[in-house]
This record gives sequence, C-alpha cells and structure tokens, in this order.
Amino acid sequence: MGDPEIVSVNADATSGAMIVAPRGDVDMSRSPVLRQSLRDVQGGSPARVVVNLSDVDYMDSSGLATLVEAMRAAKGANTKMILCGMNDKVRAIFEIARLHHFFTIVDSVDQAVEA
Amino acid sequence: MSERPHIRVELLSNPIYLSGARELVGTVAKRLGFDDLDCSKISLAVDEALCNIIRHGYGRALDRPIWISIWPEGTEDAPEGIRIVIEDEAKQVDPKSMQGRSLTDIRPGGLGVHIIREVMDEAKYEQREGPIGMRLTLVKRAPRPSEPGVITDAAARLPLSTHRSAR
Repeated sequence: MGDPEIVSVNADATSGAMIVAPRGDVDMSRSPVLRQSLRDVQGGSPARVVVNLSDVDYMDSSGLATLVEAMRAAKGANTKMILCGMNDKVRAIFEIARLHHFFTIVDSVDQAVEA
Repeated sequence: MSERPHIRVELLSNPIYLSGARELVGTVAKRLGFDDLDCSKISLAVDEALCNIIRHGYGRALDRPIWISIWPEGTEDAPEGIRIVIEDEAKQVDPKSMQGRSLTDIRPGGLGVHIIREVMDEAKYEQREGPIGMRLTLVKRAPRPSEPGVITDAAARLPLSTHRSAR
C-alpha cells in the first residue's frame, strides 16, 4: 500500500469512502508512491475515493498525471473520485494545465465524502 | 546580464534532487522580489524542465549532469526579474520539436513544456555548442509595482483571494 510516510490510506467510518492522503511534495521522485496507493485502493472497487491534498505542499506534472490516470480508472469503474484540501500553489498547477474542470474539487474532506 | 552566472550549480539527474533545485530557485526568486505564488511557479517551471531532461534526455539515468545557472534581470540592486539557464549533455533535438501537447487531450503526461511556457515570460530551447547537449533559457519578469494590472494568463484564472496577494 505504498509508504505511509508519503501516502496514508483510511476508510471513512461513516460513508465508507476511501481517503487517500499524500504528504509533502508530490513530484517525480514521490508520485510513483501515490500512483501505487491509488491503484491499490481502486483495486478494491470502492464507491468513492477522496484524495485529500491538504498536506501536499507542492505538486508537479507527474503528480497531475498520476491523478489523471486515477480519475480515468475511477470513471471506468464507476467510482466517484473527489479531490479536496488544495492550497493555492497546488490549485494553480491544475489551472495552468486546465485540469481543474476535469476533476471534482471541493474544500474539505467532509465536503468530499458528502459530495 | 553579465556573462558570469551569479549562481551556477551542477546536479545529477536523480529525481531525489529535484526538491533541492526547487528550493534554490524559489529562494533566489524570493530575494529578487517575486511573491510566494510566483516563486512557486518559477520553481515549478524549473522542476518540469529538469524532469523532462531526466525522463526524455537521459532516459531516467540517475548519474548524468545537469547545470542550472541564474542571473538577476536588471541589476542586483534593482532586479527586474530572473533568468535561469538549464543545460545538459543529452542527445540534441530540434528545438522546434519541444512543444507541449494540446490541453484538450486530457491524458497523463506531456504537460511539462506547456507548463514551462505558461509560467515563464520567455522559454527558449536551443542546442548547446558542440555535438551534445541542450540549453533552455527561462526568463520571468517581475511586474512593476506601478503596473498592478500585469497578470499572467494563469494568474487571471486564480481565485480573487489569490489575486489580492499577487504582484
């Protein structure tokens, strides 16, 4: 399930949503850990996956590519995938890449499990 | 711009050093007057350039050299921006081939060059002198305080709360 120091995975007790929370920088050296975590979670065919980015300080295009890949897999498996907790710097790269409309993005985990 | 870089570092093409390169570039950009969001974007552009070299130029080899050189635009006392030159010893390619893919084609990968060109005011690829190596020159100009309306395309799409803190 990847390195818990880089990505934590938990199930929301109420909704059953799987919450994937990367930490620190999601760049070329660390995005493979996030990719593996998302693949492991999606392998369980959850109804909802929440990617909590509130502890992510930085993301580059390798992180974006990882999330695009996971979103495509989610759509193919009828899994609802929602991103939350972005800071302005992380949000900026989604907007530069014009990907902010491709994802469902909300502010908090609470909103994400209910969205 | 003087001939001699104000900063020049050599790093190996190992992704674990990307964070160090970002810290260096972001910290220098901050001292040259860019705000936090612009510093992050400049660091992002450099990160993307380094990733492209590692991934495509060096085929993910971890032990090849990359050089980053930095100059202030204008003068040190009154900087007007930052100039960053990134060089490698990878196989030379036609600079015209360094194009980002269409953003309407949503798929993983291929965003690096688009991000670099979107974030920086200038981004020029060229072949280094000699038989090997590419050079990328990046320039980001600092908006003048008297020009509050100078906002990049990307910044124009940011939330209003971010605009208020942007230079």
